[in-house]
Amino acid sequence: MLEYVFYILSAISIACALLMVFAKNPIHSVLFLIGTFFSIAGHFVILNAHFLAIVQIIVYTGAIMVLFLYVIMLLNLNKESESTKPNIVKVAAVVSAGLLFLVMLASFKESIAIPLPEGTDGIGSVKNLGKVLFSEYLLPFEASSVLFLSAMAGSVLLAKKK
Amino acid sequence: MNEITSTIQVVPLEYYIFLSVTLFSIGVLGMLIRRNAIIAFMSIELMLNAVNLLMVAFSAFRGDAKGQVFVFFIMVVAAAEVAIGLAILTMIHHNRGSVDINALNKLKW
Repeated sequence: MLEYVFYILSAISIACALLMVFAKNPIHSVLFLIGTFFSIAGHFVILNAHFLAIVQIIVYTGAIMVLFLYVIMLLNLNKESESTKPNIVKVAAVVSAGLLFLVMLASFKESIAIPLPEGTDGIGSVKNLGKVLFSEYLLPFEASSVLFLSAMAGSVLLAKKK
Repeated sequence: MNEITSTIQVVPLEYYIFLSVTLFSIGVLGMLIRRNAIIAFMSIELMLNAVNLLMVAFSAFRGDAKGQVFVFFIMVVAAAEVAIGLAILTMIHHNRGSVDINALNKLKW
């Protein structure tokens, strides 16, 4: 049963990713990428990482992609006016992406799943992740708030009219 | 809870590796093949998500929560990156009138 859920989610994510790359209209690309992000959230759910699934939906599809849509509409890019690259560049791009795929697959495929230790059922739960995040990773967590502050100041500074 | 945990007994780790590598390669392909800077930016997001998926899969198969904490930090950095990147794209569009990558070749050697 779960196997079929995995296959369906994988098919959705790969199909939506391909459509994102090849869609002519940027708005359609954004919508397909949202589909990919939703299916990846589904993968997180079946991998028992419930907190990350919720964060994926809220942060990626809720905040980031809305920002993309907003910028596309602000810049009025929702027309199919993009000039394409020459065919030789396209062929080279497909060949190099395929080569990268092969190399990464070959380097990763030897990784093996070790037998799980006992009592690791709820590692993706909010309770457990919160414990790890606020004890072991407290300093990076606080540093990320500084990162957000500087990102906020930087984007305001960049987007401001001179 | 036990039913959900049995996912990792049903689906082998290789399948997740295959899926993540495929998504990452599609992101690289989009980066190389398109000229619209916003699409290239979305391809970067796709690559980050492929890495996130692989990291969560490794974390679940190893029974270690640290991988998921790192995925959380990757999401944080991605959100900050998108805010800055889209501000830069807006400024480029203001100054040049387009977001075509091939038009931005002043720094090209």
